[in-house]
Amino acid sequence: MSETTQVQPNYNYKVVRQFTVMTVIWGIIGMSIGLLLAIQLFAPALNFDTPWLTYSRLRPLHTNAVIFAFGGCALFATSYYVVQRTSQVRLFSDKLAAFTFWGWQAVIVSAVVTLPLGLTSSKEYAELEWPIDILITLVWVAYIINFFGTLIVRKTSHIYVANWFFGAFMLTVAVLHIGNSMAIPVSFFKSYSIYAGAVDAMMQWWYGHNAVGFFLTAGFLGMMYYFVPKQAGRPVYSYRLSIIHFWALISLYIWAGPHHLHYTALPDWTQSLGMVMSIILFVPSWGGMINGIMTLSGAWHKLRTDPVLRFLIVSLSFYGMSTFEGPMMAIKTVNALSHYTDWTIGHVHSGALGWVAMVSIGSVYHLIPILFGVPKMHSTALVNVHFWLATIGVVLYIVAMWMSGVLQGLMWRAVNADGTLTYSFVESLEASKPFYVLRAIGGVFVVVGMLIMAYNCYKTIRGSKAQLVDNSAVATA
Amino acid sequence: MDQAIIGSIFTVIVFIAFVGVLYWAFTSRNKARFDEAANIIFEDDDNKQPNDKQES
Repeated sequence: MSETTQVQPNYNYKVVRQFTVMTVIWGIIGMSIGLLLAIQLFAPALNFDTPWLTYSRLRPLHTNAVIFAFGGCALFATSYYVVQRTSQVRLFSDKLAAFTFWGWQAVIVSAVVTLPLGLTSSKEYAELEWPIDILITLVWVAYIINFFGTLIVRKTSHIYVANWFFGAFMLTVAVLHIGNSMAIPVSFFKSYSIYAGAVDAMMQWWYGHNAVGFFLTAGFLGMMYYFVPKQAGRPVYSYRLSIIHFWALISLYIWAGPHHLHYTALPDWTQSLGMVMSIILFVPSWGGMINGIMTLSGAWHKLRTDPVLRFLIVSLSFYGMSTFEGPMMAIKTVNALSHYTDWTIGHVHSGALGWVAMVSIGSVYHLIPILFGVPKMHSTALVNVHFWLATIGVVLYIVAMWMSGVLQGLMWRAVNADGTLTYSFVESLEASKPFYVLRAIGGVFVVVGMLIMAYNCYKTIRGSKAQLVDNSAVATA
Repeated sequence: MDQAIIGSIFTVIVFIAFVGVLYWAFTSRNKARFDEAANIIFEDDDNKQPNDKQES
């Protein structure tokens, strides 16, 4: 620090701190609800005969909490941080930043209240009713203005690739949210989609799959392109590949939605198109994964000593796994076996817990010491414990769901010589029960890991004095 | 023009655009620019910059 007189620009770390801390808190809440749901599947009495604790009402709360509360806060925190650090300028507007923080928390709290009450638009991953949808839109527009405003006033000549991914994520999510949520309100708590029938299904999965592609992929790839090279201490493997990665990924993802609607009322050619585009999507996905992992080439030894880097690199391995599995499951003949089974649930969690959560957790561990002005986390050993809990938990989860899903698919399609079904649905449910227990054990590992993370973050933050004075934190990494 | 022709034209345009992106990314004229861009993340550090050269 002494050899340079160049003072860092006066970054707005306050909003990054707020979102980072909330990432951990919402992560614990969202994943704990998921754990409760996992246990309910083999111990249904745990809904206590209470309507707002039933599986059907808590399930959308779980998905909203982990995707939009945990994942969303992680994206806000990292995008606000990365855009400032790579543009070398303070955020465009502190007021808009504060508005996005409090507005987004209000959206999440509204979800926590309305979903257990059974207020839902019934669209998957877009269950929130129209007044909340409008609030989301306002927050999102403020977010976009603030992010792109910062890019406009940047001090660097080039816009770093992470910002391209963050920007594409923001713009596309705005279009998806507005397009899919178009509805006619009939009362303050109830609205009906303006789309009907197969068109509604197509809109829903155009939204739904691109929520995966842009919210849960492009945004987190932005995170990857900053935090992996930064934590490894060397530039990304190939900046040119990252450019190809970006344009290929964003132009292909948008077409993949119909693979959620194989063998439905959707026109057959649309299903086939969705299948083909999903298979092609494998190429940019793996290009990006290889680019991230190869950043470590020549520095693999760092994985032995740095559990934060391990989180980031293993998240990329899970990304590679799930982006191989996804195109395969999009093939119609494979989908005939896998659709509506637990295999899909396993696939989603391989992406969500393996890729999205682990890259976020790695980034948070990178951020917390910098944001609070301390050299490192309170305990590196606990970061390592968390890493193993998370990895073992995710693997248990995925393996359990693979076995359960393939078993279900085979039992449901088995027919006797006279054409009648060999197994009843309840028989397949009984066959899945041991795997549901195994999945819940995996979930316990993941939640315990998150609690350890919260403790570690708390001790780190309490050990620093920097949080007393905003903007005084000097980054050390 | 029917839908098939519009679809074909669109496919060709997207293909040409993608070839354009490939050229832009891999032309040697841009190499120095991208090398510099890849190191942006280390520029505002207080400790010394790593200058590891990678593939691009």
